[in-house]
Amino acid sequence: MNYTNLFKIALKALAHNKMRAFLTMLGIIIGVASVITMIALGQGTQKSIQKEISSMGSNIIMIHPGGERRGGVRLDPSEMQTLKIQNFEALKKECMYVAAISPYATASGQLVCGNNNYPTSVTGAGIDYIEIRQLTIEDGTMFTESDIKTSAKVCVIGKTIVDNLFPDGSDPIGSTIRYNQVPLKVIGVLESKGYNSMGMDQDDIVLAPYTTVMKRMLAVTHFNGIFASALSEDVTEYATDEIRTILRREHRLKDSDPDDFMIRTQQELSDMMNTTMNLLTTLLACIAGISLLVGGIGIMNIMYVSVTERTKEIGLRMSVGARGIDILVQFLIEAVLISVTGGIIGILLGCSACLAVKYLANWPVYIQIWSVILSFAVCTVTGIFFGWYPARKAANLDPIDALRYE
Amino acid sequence: MSNKVIELQNIRRDFTVGDETVHALRGVSFDITEGEFVTIMGTSGSGKSTLLNILGCLDTPTSGEYLLDGIPVRSMSKSQRAILRNRKIGFVFQNYNLLAKTTATENVELPLMYNPDISSSERRKRAEEALDAVGLGDRKEHKSNQMSGGQMQRVAIARALVNNPAVILADEATGNLDTRTSYEILMLFQELHRKGRTIIFVTHNPEIANYSSRNIRLRDGHIIEDSVNTNVLSAEETYRTLPKDIDD
Ligand SMILES: Nc1ncnc2c1ncn2[C@@H]1O[C@H](COP(=O)(O)OP(=O)(O)OP(=O)(O)O)[C@@H](O)[C@H]1O
Ligand SMILES: [Mg+2]
Repeated sequence: MNYTNLFKIALKALAHNKMRAFLTMLGIIIGVASVITMIALGQGTQKSIQKEISSMGSNIIMIHPGGERRGGVRLDPSEMQTLKIQNFEALKKECMYVAAISPYATASGQLVCGNNNYPTSVTGAGIDYIEIRQLTIEDGTMFTESDIKTSAKVCVIGKTIVDNLFPDGSDPIGSTIRYNQVPLKVIGVLESKGYNSMGMDQDDIVLAPYTTVMKRMLAVTHFNGIFASALSEDVTEYATDEIRTILRREHRLKDSDPDDFMIRTQQELSDMMNTTMNLLTTLLACIAGISLLVGGIGIMNIMYVSVTERTKEIGLRMSVGARGIDILVQFLIEAVLISVTGGIIGILLGCSACLAVKYLANWPVYIQIWSVILSFAVCTVTGIFFGWYPARKAANLDPIDALRYE
Repeated sequence: MSNKVIELQNIRRDFTVGDETVHALRGVSFDITEGEFVTIMGTSGSGKSTLLNILGCLDTPTSGEYLLDGIPVRSMSKSQRAILRNRKIGFVFQNYNLLAKTTATENVELPLMYNPDISSSERRKRAEEALDAVGLGDRKEHKSNQMSGGQMQRVAIARALVNNPAVILADEATGNLDTRTSYEILMLFQELHRKGRTIIFVTHNPEIANYSSRNIRLRDGHIIEDSVNTNVLSAEETYRTLPKDIDD
């Protein structure tokens, strides 16, 4: 048969029913675009959190004072002061599975340099701190063991601090900043790490020897916590056991006493995050699946209703000599044109929505090829099937029955 | 000897409605030769439309044989019958049955769209000729919803002419039109008849029988009268005697 003519017929029929064609397309567009966007968002969040966790170092061990917290029970402040310098030294000397270990203590207040000031917190740390947190000195040097011994008034600062205290672009190294009356000499600048996935600025950081922070700023003898890193990811568990044994001995706990400290590993955190993320992705996939279903039902309805409503037209065409197959091919061409155009517009819209989210809202998005193919396939197949199926029924009628159809 | 366009042999058509069987045609036989203008008359429900639909291959008889231009129709497949409709038959409906929102030319072109042997320029030319022939040369690009009933019926007649059919079938083609317009349409059919077309015209109106060459009368699915009209009136003359400016 002459497909050019049938193509022309289908195009004319579409042109005469722009609204109907548009509505059908809209179902497909929304279905495809929402699936692509949802999946891309879910995947993006998951991937960026995974990247974040591994960039933090998957073998990090965090030790905090205080036992397992029981909900609603107020803790005795002395319980929060159990991590002392001699505990740290014992750990440092005895642990075999630990590659690096550093205490930390934080003080918060206002940093001042000339006319500029900036509210932040100063982290008192050991030498190993930058290794454990995977920080890099970009300029200058890290403080040394002797700086720690002498509680030297020196610090290493992050990019955000540089930008805020030295807005004129002058070299911060060698200059002195004041922190709550304590003058600190800047000896190093850290390489920028940007924001993490929770939106925290990782460059808003000031590192000083922990002795300096504890003695000169806080006047305390306990740490806020201790960071360590295991020799490798595989021995993290041995390392935690070792740390637990040493700390219990140091704290003279009886066998029946609970721990008065808490050990967390990055591994646990990352497992927990992954579980949450998988849940989130499943949820998004469900939402996407439902929108696909709703889109599909919309397409189905409009296609079905429009063919039923066009049965008279089908009868008329058959009365002037259209064969059943001509009617079918015409409706199939219409359905394919609508579905494929709608699908393509949906893909474009979905991808631009993803890009918009990525660049305007700064969210991580990863467009998944499988979601593009799946949603396109589902919508176009639904569209084509429900364009074809009722048309087949109508095309099988005797012309006079189709003409009489009410 | 002029050849037979239509041969009907003992045509029956039964409809089943629920448990009951309606016998719409109970054995109808007649022949129509080329160039005849036949009117089919009868009371409402006598089976006129049923007969015409069978003649137009829109419907299939329950039994009996139908030869169109010598071709047996009953044993044909649906597709073959569609092609037969496309090449041999022009059908004019009481309610015009035009494509909505579509220009006169495109409506008239429709049958030729389903004939792959006809090029698009040929199609256009023939559609315009057919529109000229029904006196709508100045309405070619008007859409179906921009025309009067009489104009729409002319478009439908042009569409029935355009494939150069063996027979033109009209089911109450003037049923929806006022008297003057009815006579205009009748004039058109008479002119087509003069040019040698075979026409079968179903009507309620007994007067119209005076303008055809032969009249078949149906009652309850039987032919009760089949007579040749020796004194064919001219629709044009009657038309001139009609009062012009009186509202119908
Ligand atoms: N599709 C159908 N299903 C059932 N019965 C039908 C059908 N079509 C027609 N009939 C019956 O067949 C008989 C003849 O109907 P037909 O339409 O041929 O009458 P008609 O002579 O054209 O009447 P009118 O002048 O009112 O148009 C009627 O009794 C009608 O009820
Ligand atoms: Mg009738």
